Amino acid sequence: MRLIGDAIEWLTDSSHYGGPNGIVHRVVEHLWISVVVVVIAAAIAIPIGFVIGHTGHGRGLAVTLAGAVRALPTLGFLSIIALSLGFGLSAPLFALVVWAIPSILTGAYAGFEAVDRITIDSARALGMTEMQIVGKIEIPLGLVLLIGGLRSAALQVVATATLADYVGGGGLGRFIFSGLKTNDYPQMLAGALLVIALALVSEAVFGLAQRLAVPIGVRTTQSPAELTASSVSN
Amino acid sequence: MNWVRDNADLIVERTLQHATIAVPAIVLCLVIAVPLGCGVRRLRGSRGVILAAVGLLYAIPSLPLFIALPALLGTGLRDPINVVVALTLYGIALMVRVTVDALDGIDHDVVMAATAVGFSPWARFWRVQLPLAGPVLVSGMRVVAVSTVSLTTVGAVLGVKSLGLLFTDGIQRNIPEEIISGIVMTMALAIAIDMCVVLAGRLLLPWATTTRRTTKAAGRRLRTEASSLAGAP
Repeated sequence: MRLIGDAIEWLTDSSHYGGPNGIVHRVVEHLWISVVVVVIAAAIAIPIGFVIGHTGHGRGLAVTLAGAVRALPTLGFLSIIALSLGFGLSAPLFALVVWAIPSILTGAYAGFEAVDRITIDSARALGMTEMQIVGKIEIPLGLVLLIGGLRSAALQVVATATLADYVGGGGLGRFIFSGLKTNDYPQMLAGALLVIALALVSEAVFGLAQRLAVPIGVRTTQSPAELTASSVSN
Repeated sequence: MNWVRDNADLIVERTLQHATIAVPAIVLCLVIAVPLGCGVRRLRGSRGVILAAVGLLYAIPSLPLFIALPALLGTGLRDPINVVVALTLYGIALMVRVTVDALDGIDHDVVMAATAVGFSPWARFWRVQLPLAGPVLVSGMRVVAVSTVSLTTVGAVLGVKSLGLLFTDGIQRNIPEEIISGIVMTMALAIAIDMCVVLAGRLLLPWATTTRRTTKAAGRRLRTEASSLAGAP
């Protein structure tokens, strides 16, 4: 318990907040890395997921690739990328984008698949074009599951971004790795607590977004937790 | 390939160290999570809250957890016990929910029929409910096995001995072959332990082949569900 006290003391020491190696800068850096990664991964995965979800083609391939990426040991993949791209931010950014894609892709096509076929057939019978079906039916109704995918991707990215500094990428991992080098356990523990807090904040924000994403017309008593569970259950 | 030939002993040693962390974590998870799941299921009112709280364990990234545990357990930072405990907790986070879902998934008529023909609650649990829940529990344990083996490598950045040390050493000394051997061996170990789980399931539940289709579907669901567990360090 004394150790936790030391870490809290470290966290409340105002001299640890400012400057290029301060908590504020590292938190912003960690968030910045995470946001950039999720945005890039989303830009790649969402269009592909929508195409898979709308047409039904390529689903098997997507499941296989996603499974293969998930089976890769995180640290090993990051290490091998860092050896080829060099130390710095590019290796963790690349590795994190690769990891974030499967969850978002799954969320995107699972959202489309979860839409009742009868609803889509009715839309078609009413004379909607395919683009209208995608834009007015499938995207709004699949949004909750898409956000569920973004939620698990974001959690994973915030967590894994801790390893970015292992290859010189900065972020909150800096406190952990510089604490490790100098045997400064309170600093390491403080860094660890900050990452845990950030991960929980990410969960809360996306949980709220999921709640708000349910179209008013179809709001039920289903909880966001259940929706997340089904979002990844392709 | 020269590196692999010259360092075969090291690779074997790291694989054994890796298994020494991963296997106890997987076994402990099963031993703790299944009774816990059965207990939680009985608490009609508060089980939603408890399941949500257990699920929140997922949200804790593994490297920070490896660092935080010594403060709570009084262990050293490089003690493999921290990794074993952390990985057991992640396994429990998944398996408690799986156990509850598996027991909930049993046809209620079967349970009532067992009661009607005179099974005591204890015998009914062991001889009716647990065997019927078995296939789903096996799929859950397969997910736990694979993700546990993968996450064990993360401990290497703190100096805990496992196949992950091949990554940290490989990057420091710029030996890509060493990192790739580590990745290959980690995946091979994961597949080997997964096969042991499947085999144990077949031996203990010989009748489960008849329900294989539903088990497979449940397994697929679990594997995707566990994505955050499998990937997040």
